[in-house]
Parts: sequence; C-alpha cells; structure tokens
Amino acid sequence: MKSKMTNRDKTFWAVIIPVLILFFAFNTLPMIKGMIYSFTNYRGYGSYDYVGLRNYMDLFSDARVGKSYLFTFKYALAGTVLVNVLSLVMALGLNSCIRFKSALRGIYFVPNILGGLVIGYIFSFIFTYILPAVGMAWDTGWMKNSILASEKYAWIGVLVVGVWQAVAMNTIIYISGLQTVPQEVYEASMLDGASKWKEFWSVTFPLVIPFVTINLVLSTKNLLMVFDQIMSLTKGGPAQSTESISYLIYKNGMDGGQFGFQSANAVIFFFVIVAISIFQMTIMNKKEEQL
Amino acid sequence: MEKTQKTNWVLTIVLVLGTVTVFFPLYMAFVIAFKQPSEMTNDVAGALALPAHFSLENFRQAMEVTDFWHSLGNSLLITLVTIALSILIHSIAGYVIGRSMAAKKSFRLIYLYIVSGMFVPFSILMMPLVKQTAQMGLGNRAGVILLYLVFYMPMNVLLYTGYLKNIPVALEEAADIDGASTWKTYWTIVFPMMKPMHATVAILTALGTWNDVMTPLVIMSGTGQNTLPLAQLNFQTQFGTNYNLAFSSYILALIPILVFYIICQKQILNGVANGAVKG
Repeated sequence: MKSKMTNRDKTFWAVIIPVLILFFAFNTLPMIKGMIYSFTNYRGYGSYDYVGLRNYMDLFSDARVGKSYLFTFKYALAGTVLVNVLSLVMALGLNSCIRFKSALRGIYFVPNILGGLVIGYIFSFIFTYILPAVGMAWDTGWMKNSILASEKYAWIGVLVVGVWQAVAMNTIIYISGLQTVPQEVYEASMLDGASKWKEFWSVTFPLVIPFVTINLVLSTKNLLMVFDQIMSLTKGGPAQSTESISYLIYKNGMDGGQFGFQSANAVIFFFVIVAISIFQMTIMNKKEEQL
Repeated sequence: MEKTQKTNWVLTIVLVLGTVTVFFPLYMAFVIAFKQPSEMTNDVAGALALPAHFSLENFRQAMEVTDFWHSLGNSLLITLVTIALSILIHSIAGYVIGRSMAAKKSFRLIYLYIVSGMFVPFSILMMPLVKQTAQMGLGNRAGVILLYLVFYMPMNVLLYTGYLKNIPVALEEAADIDGASTWKTYWTIVFPMMKPMHATVAILTALGTWNDVMTPLVIMSGTGQNTLPLAQLNFQTQFGTNYNLAFSSYILALIPILVFYIICQKQILNGVANGAVKG
C-alpha cells in the first residue's frame, strides 16, 4: 500500500516540488545567506572574514541602531493604538444606520489603494508649506515651522501619514467583523435596556475580538516595517530622528558598506517581528477563551 | 429590520464632513498640478485656490521628464504578469496542499513551511537577494516578478487552501471514476470553482505590487528601468522646486490605480475584506 504511489500522488508531487524549490531559492536560501553574512565583516564588496558574534555585540552598543529601534517602536506603538481605535470607531459609524453607506465606505478606503511614496510626497508639501502658512495667518507659534524639520516632532508627521493610510484598511476589516454580529444580539440587549456604551463593551466588542487580533497583528507588522513614507517624508532626518529599522538596513546595508553588520540587524529585526506577532496572538487567544 | 430603523442623520453628516480628510490632500495635489509656478504665492490661497486656467502643459512636461509611458508600461507588465502567474501557480499549490494536508504529514509540514514565510521581513532577504538576482541575471523586471511570486505565495496559498474547504471532494471523485486525470480534473472542475478566491488574490496581489517601491528599487536599480512609483523617487531631484511639475507627475502616478478603483470598487472592497478575514 505504502510503496504504491497513485497517479494522483504523482501529479501532486510533480506540482509541489518545483513550487518548493522556487520558494526555497528566493525565500529560505537568502534568509540563510543573510544569517551567514551576519557573522562576517562583509562590506558588500571585496573580501571578508568571519567575526563571530561581534556584529551582534556591536548592535547593542551602536547609538544609531538604538535610535532607530526607539523610533520604530514609538511609531509602531502609537500607530497601532491610533489605527485600531480610529478604525473601530469608523467601522461602527459606517456600519450603523446612515445614508450613502456604500459611497462613504468606498471613499474612506481610498487612502489604502494609493502608494505610500507618492502620498508621502503630497503630505510633505502639506507639512512644509500649507501648515506653516496657516500658522502664519493665525499667528500660531508652533505651526509656523515645518513639523518635518523638527527633530522632536518629525515622527508625528510620519505617524499622521502612516495612520491615514492604515486606518482605511483596518476599517474595512472591522466592518466585516461587525457584520458577523447577528442582529438578534442587539435586539436582546435593547430589550434589556442596556446603554449604547455598555452594549458595545459587553456585546459587540467580545464578538469581534477575532478581528481585533487580525488587525492588531496586521497593523503592528506593517507599521514596524515602515519604509516608503520615510523615504518620501524625511529620509530619516532631521538628525536621524525618524530613521526606521527598515530604512537603516536599506541605507547602510546597501550603500554604507555595512552589509554584514546590517544583516545582523535584519536577523534581530526578524526575531522581533515574529516574537511580537506571536505575543499578540497568544494574548488575544486567551482573551477569546475567557469570553 | 434595517428598514424599520431611522436614518441617523447626525452621524451621516459627520461622516460626510469627515471625507475632507481623504479629499483635501487629493484636491490640493490636483490644483497644484494644474497651476503655473508664478501662481504659487506664499499664503494658503496660493497653493489651494483653483488655477487661473486649466492647461495640460505641466502634465505634458511631467510625462517627458519621468518617461511616463515607459514607467507605466513597466508597472502594468510587472503587475499583470504577477497576477496571472499567482493565480495559476498559487492556486494549484494551494489545491495540492489543501487536499493532502489532512491525510499526509508531509503536506502539513509543507503548508506550515510556506505560510510561515509571511513573517519574514523583506529587510532580511534584501541584501542577499540583490547579490543572488544579479548573479543569476535576474536583476531586472523578470526578477522582480519572480520575487513577487515568492513573496505573495504564503498569503495566497493560505487563502486558496482556506477556500478549498468549501468545495466538496465528491465532484473530483466522480471525475476520477470517469477516468479523468488529476491534472485535467483540477483545471476543468476545481480551478473554475475557485473563481471568487481568484478575484481576491488578484486584488490583494495587485495592490501590493503596484505600489511597492522597495523591491524594484533594490533589484532593478542597474537597469535604468522604472516602475511608476520608482520614477517619482528617481526624478525627485529633477523636479527641483517646481512643485507644479512634481505634482503633475504624482497625479499621473495616482490616476491609473484610482480609475481601476472607481471601476472595480465593489470587488476590491469585498476582495480585501475576504482576504483579511480568511487570512
């Protein structure tokens, strides 16, 4: 029985083996190579030596890397909270009894279909010219200068653009979550005389928790990997205050002669993303079980 | 039930007013794209007032500077080929894995192996891939397409195997008894039945590839070829301080996807919701 392969099995293996080779060659293999490079002092060209764990030790004492982690985490944390609160509110609004429902849903999704790079350029103009001009007209001190030129507040500018785009996506997911809540549940809570606020927290929210999980994992992952907006808004500046991890790896790994060192950075970054995703999923799974 | 509820007009008005957050940046880009640099005074009105007259001169110039038709062609080529190959290859991979997973441990492992690729950030692959594609002669559009096929495989295989659970095995078994080969059964019976999922896969893959900057940036940098977003990045210095020219170029880059969205809005929203819920 075991030794005899049916025709169906043969076809299946004939399909899956080339697919596996392709996936291995352009996903697993480069990842392994990246891990190997992380133990070398390779600059991207020329000869190189193995340096053991030195890159990893240096990572923890490198001020620029530290700064990029701080920025990326600050950005992802603030972004995840804002995106999920805003998109849940938006979804509740767009799912209630309103007029022009489908047109409004369509319009609010537009930011997500537009590319982050071009959107970044457009917002860059708003931050650099429109807002300061408004600041001048109203004589509001803090608005007179471009937020993107401020070492302290430039990250907020990047955050606004990131959130603007991400909310569109997460709203759609929350709407499909809200649509899974059966109408009878609301009727029952209405008969009980529950307030809208209480209804949301004790009836609606528990039922859409699976969608909260999806959205948390999705938005955190995307925000952690921020690249396009940095490229078009700040190029990591001013004074490297908005340099995200992806941007730093790209910039110094590709052009800065730090191929080996930034490979080590990328390996750590990979484990950070996996750890955060797993952490979020376990927490949310526990929440689901409790309810 | 819906009909008996009253329309919430206050909320409707709030949400309609809220669309300003979406329209304002687009409106601004649009009017600046049509203006002459001399119309751009330093106050708010200079940027936001309607142009004195609508002329397409900026757009003509922007097309010339950024080699628009060429970049558009590259973007279309990469996106369309990626979609077509994704639907063909990822669907059959999803089918093979989905139908074998329950009975065979090896396929269960293959499934986990491919799907776990979703957590691999591009950053860790980027530098080795640039070397690898260059060595293989793939530092070009074909290489970018091949990489997209690999990058979107985890998500698409997940979607297809998930969808397959809704398709009863009985049909395939009947075809098998009739003597049809597995290959033929797949393309004539199963593949057409997965049509809703093909749409979802096509839309998610299209949105991802069309707007992607990083992959073509690092892989195609030696070829002198641009995709539409990449052209915006590479010609940034040539726009200089001529914002009108720059914004014409941005508008040109946004128009194709906006038109596509307006035409297929319903399918896109359904596709995205579908994909996210299953994934």
